[in-house]
Amino acid sequence: MKKVHISTTINGDEVDFLCEPTQTLLDVLRDELHMTGTKEGCGTGDCGACSVTLDGTLVCSCLVLGAEVGDKSIETIEGMAQGEELHPLQQKFIDHVALQCGICTPGLLVASKKLLERNPDPSEEEIRYWLAGNLCRCTGYQKIVEAVADAAQEMRSA
Amino acid sequence: MSKLEARVGIRMPRVDAPETVAGEAMYTDDFYLPGMLFGAVHGSPIAHGRILSIDTSEAEAVTGVKAVITGRDYNHVLAGPFIKDETMFATDRVRYVGEPVAAVAATTPEAAREAASLIEVEYEDLPAVLSIDEALAEDAPVLHEDLASYFCTFEGKGTGNTLCAGDLTEGDVDAAWAECDVIVEQTYETGAQHHLYMEPSGAVAEPDRQGKVTIWSSLQSISLAQQRVAEWVNIPMAKVRMVAPRIGGGFGGKGNAHFQPAAAALALKTGRPVKLMLTRSEDFEMMRSRHPSRVHMKTGAKADGTLVAREFEVILDCGAYADDSPGVVSVAVLMGRGPYRIPNIRARGVGVYTNKLKAGAYRGYGNPQVSFAAEQQLDELAEKLGMDPVDLRLKNTMNDGDRWLGGQPVAVSSAAKCLETARDAATAAPALPDAGPDRKRGLGYALFSAPHGLLSTAANVALRTDGSIAVATGAVDIGQGSDTILQQIVADALKLDLDQISFASQDTDSSPYDWKTAASRVTYMAGQACLNAAIEAREKILVHASDLMEVAPGDLELRDGGKVGIVGIPEKEITFGMIAGRAHYQTGGPVVGASEIMFETPAVDPAVAQSKGLAFSKVGAYSFGAHAVEVEVDEVTGEVEVLRAWCVHDVGRAINPAMVDGQVIGGFVQGLGYALLEEMVWDPDDGRLANPTLMDYKIPTAREMPEIHSIILETPFGDGPHGARGVGEPPIVGAPVAIANAIANAIGKRPTVMPMKPERILDLLDGESA
Ligand code: FES
Ligand code: FES
Repeated sequence: MKKVHISTTINGDEVDFLCEPTQTLLDVLRDELHMTGTKEGCGTGDCGACSVTLDGTLVCSCLVLGAEVGDKSIETIEGMAQGEELHPLQQKFIDHVALQCGICTPGLLVASKKLLERNPDPSEEEIRYWLAGNLCRCTGYQKIVEAVADAAQEMRSA
Repeated sequence: MSKLEARVGIRMPRVDAPETVAGEAMYTDDFYLPGMLFGAVHGSPIAHGRILSIDTSEAEAVTGVKAVITGRDYNHVLAGPFIKDETMFATDRVRYVGEPVAAVAATTPEAAREAASLIEVEYEDLPAVLSIDEALAEDAPVLHEDLASYFCTFEGKGTGNTLCAGDLTEGDVDAAWAECDVIVEQTYETGAQHHLYMEPSGAVAEPDRQGKVTIWSSLQSISLAQQRVAEWVNIPMAKVRMVAPRIGGGFGGKGNAHFQPAAAALALKTGRPVKLMLTRSEDFEMMRSRHPSRVHMKTGAKADGTLVAREFEVILDCGAYADDSPGVVSVAVLMGRGPYRIPNIRARGVGVYTNKLKAGAYRGYGNPQVSFAAEQQLDELAEKLGMDPVDLRLKNTMNDGDRWLGGQPVAVSSAAKCLETARDAATAAPALPDAGPDRKRGLGYALFSAPHGLLSTAANVALRTDGSIAVATGAVDIGQGSDTILQQIVADALKLDLDQISFASQDTDSSPYDWKTAASRVTYMAGQACLNAAIEAREKILVHASDLMEVAPGDLELRDGGKVGIVGIPEKEITFGMIAGRAHYQTGGPVVGASEIMFETPAVDPAVAQSKGLAFSKVGAYSFGAHAVEVEVDEVTGEVEVLRAWCVHDVGRAINPAMVDGQVIGGFVQGLGYALLEEMVWDPDDGRLANPTLMDYKIPTAREMPEIHSIILETPFGDGPHGARGVGEPPIVGAPVAIANAIANAIGKRPTVMPMKPERILDLLDGESA
C-alpha cells in the first residue's frame, strides 16, 4: 500500500511522517516516531494506556488513524513536563506513590490533565468517573485519585 | 536528627518514578533496534488434535518475511518447573486453542501477522476436555499419553488426566468427627481469573556474531527464563543473556518464558533483532490463568466453638500443561487449615489436565481458592453455634510457637491481633447513611496467612573507588517497588543517601542468581541477602578504617553519607572514598560483600504430619492478615457493591509503608475483581476462550473503587530484614472470601461459586443454589 504523507503538530513541534493508511496514531507515535511514552495496553480502545489529546480532545490513539491527524495538534506524555520541571500532576503521582509498574501512568496523566483543564476543582467522584476509562491493574486507583485531587488543589492555589 | 537518619520505615517515593511519569521508562515494547524484525506466533485454532502436516510455503512467500520456524526445526525438548511436559512449539499434538505451533519474523508487524495466518496446519481433531469433570470421566481422552515417562521433580505424579495428587494428614480425622457437636460440609467452586497485567507480554531478542542472544522481556525472573530459552533453543546458558527491562506488571503470569524462546530462535536464525509482542487477545489465549478450582470441605467444632477436625479435597483445573500447578496444589493443601489450631486434618490436593491454556502461578498461588472455602466454613459454623464469627475465629487462632499445618513451627503469630484490629476499625467507623430500598448491607471478615520463604537468592554489595556503593541482585522489580526497597535496606545498613548507591538492573551476565519474583519473597529473601551483603561490606570497611585511623573497630561508627568516625569524637572521621582508595590501590583489594541464602525449613515434619506427593518440600515463613468488608447487595439486580474495606496486614516491619499500602490496596481491588467480575469463559463447543478482550473481560475501574483502609501492623517475626515479611499476595487471599462472607451476612444466603456475579446472586436470592 502507498504510504501517506502527513504534517502535524506534536507537543508544539511541527512533525512530518509517512504512514500506511491502516496504521493508527498509536502505531505512528511508537513505530514511526519512536515516541514510546504512549503505551499500548489493548489496541481496542478499552484500557486508556494510549491516551493523547487531539485538538484538545482526549482520545485513545489506538482508535485514531495516523492518516487522520494532518494539521491537528497532538499532545502526548512527552509534552507534559516543561524541560526538567515536572507538571504538578506528575509530581503528585510520584509523591503519592500513585504508580507501581507504571505502564498505565502516561495515559492516566494525560487523562487527568484534560480533566483539570475542564474542571479545575473536581470532586472525588468526578475524578473516579473521569478516569474510569483508564485501567490500572496494580494500584487499586485510590492513590491515583488522591494524587489528582492534590494536584488540582495545588494548581488552583498557584 | 539528620535528614538521613531514617531509611527504613519511611514513606519514600519509588526511585524509578521520575522516568515513569515522564513516559521515559523503557518497557519491552519500547526497544527499537537497528535492523529489527517483527515476530508473530501461529497459535492452534483447535483445542485438541493431532498435527498431520505443516505447510509454511505460503507464509514464506509473503513480502518481507525473513524466517518461519516450527517445532520440526528444533529438538523435541520437554520442559517445565515440576513436570517436564511442554515444548517450544506443538509438534505432533495441540492441546489448547492458541498453543504456539510456528513463528514468523518479517520486516513489519503486519507482514509477520499475515504470514503467521497463512501457515497451513492440517489437524486430526480429538475430543477436548474443558472441565474437571470431563477430564476425570472414565472414558475421557487423555491429554498426555506419555505422562508416565515425563521427568518429574517430586513423588506425586498422577496418571490419566490427573497430573499430580498429594495428601497430608495430622491427627485422626475419622475418630474426631465423633467429638464434634456441629459439622458443616460444602462444595465451593472458583473461576479462572486472568492476571491482566496492563502490559501485554513480549520480547525483544538481539543476536550477536558469537552465537549469543540478548533478550529483553517482561518476565518475573531472568534466571528461569534464561534456562528455558537455553533448553528450548538448545544452546548453552552461556549463550543466552536475559536483561530485565521495566516490567508492566506480572502477578505470577510472567513467571517463566513461554514464547520468548521463539523470539530468540528467530533472532539467531535471521541474524537480526526480533521484537515479538503478543496482542492483548493473544496474551489472554496463550499465557496463563489462575486455576479454576473445586474444593470440597468439611469442618467440625465442639459446642463451645473449639475447632476439632477438617477434611478437604482441592481439585485444580490446570489446563494443558503442568507449569506451576504441582506447586499451586501443594500450597493450596498447606494453606487449607489457615492460621488456626485444628488438631485433626485430612487433606488431598489434585491437579488435572484440561484442553485450555495452562493455569499457573497467580498472586495467592492456590491460597485464595482454598481460603474461599475455609473462611466461609468458619462463618457457617459460627451461625450454627450461635456465635459471633470473629469470636469463633479468635477462640481458635494459632498462638506463638504453634505449628503450621504440616508441622513447621510458627515462632510468632499475630493472627488474633490482625483480626481484632480489623474488627475494631470496622466497628469504630461511622455508619453510612441507610441503604436504599431493595438494598441490603452486610459486613464480612476473613483471617488468613501466606508463606514467603522459598528457594534461593543472592546479592553483592561493592565499594567503588569514590566511596559509593554498587548493589547487584537478580530479583526483578515487576512494579511492586523492590528496587526501591532493596536500596533502602542497603542505604540503611551503610548509612548512605540513596544517591550514593548504584543499583544494577537485572542481567544474567552480571546479576547474582535469584529464583523469581514470586511468593511475596523479594523483601523477605532478596532483602535479607542485600542486608547480609551490606553488613559484610560494612565489616570490611570498618577493618580498613580501623587500620587507617589506628583505633579498634569497636571504637568506630558509621556516620551519615558514607563516613566512618571515632565514637565520641565528632571531628575524627574519614570517608568511604578514602577507605576505597586504600582498598583498591594499597592493601586488601576491592571491598565486596556477598550473600547467598536458601529457605531450608521443611514444610512437613514427619513427627507431626504424614504427607505424600506434595511438590514443595521447603516452603514457609508465614505472615498474617485480616480483612473486614462492608458490601451492599441490590436484591433486584443481584449486583454487589463493595462500600468499605479495612485491610489489616502484619508485615513484620514496613521497610516502606507507602509500598505496603500499594500492595494492600491494589491487591484488594484485584481480589474484588476476582470475587465479583472476572471470569475467563471457554466455549463448550470448540474450546475457544469466549472473552479474550478488555471489552468482554471486565476488571475493576476507578468507578468501582471502594473506600479502602490499609492498616499496617509491625510485629517483628525474628527473621527477614528488620523482621519484615512479604505482602504481595496476602491481600488477594482475604478479599474474595471477606466479600463472600459480607454478602452472606447481607442476604442470609451463602455464595459457593466465585465470581459472585449478579446472575448467581439472583439465583441465590431465588433459592436456587448458586
Ligand atoms: S491501547 Fe488504546 S485503549 Fe488500550
Ligand atoms: S501501575 Fe501497573 S497498571 Fe497501573
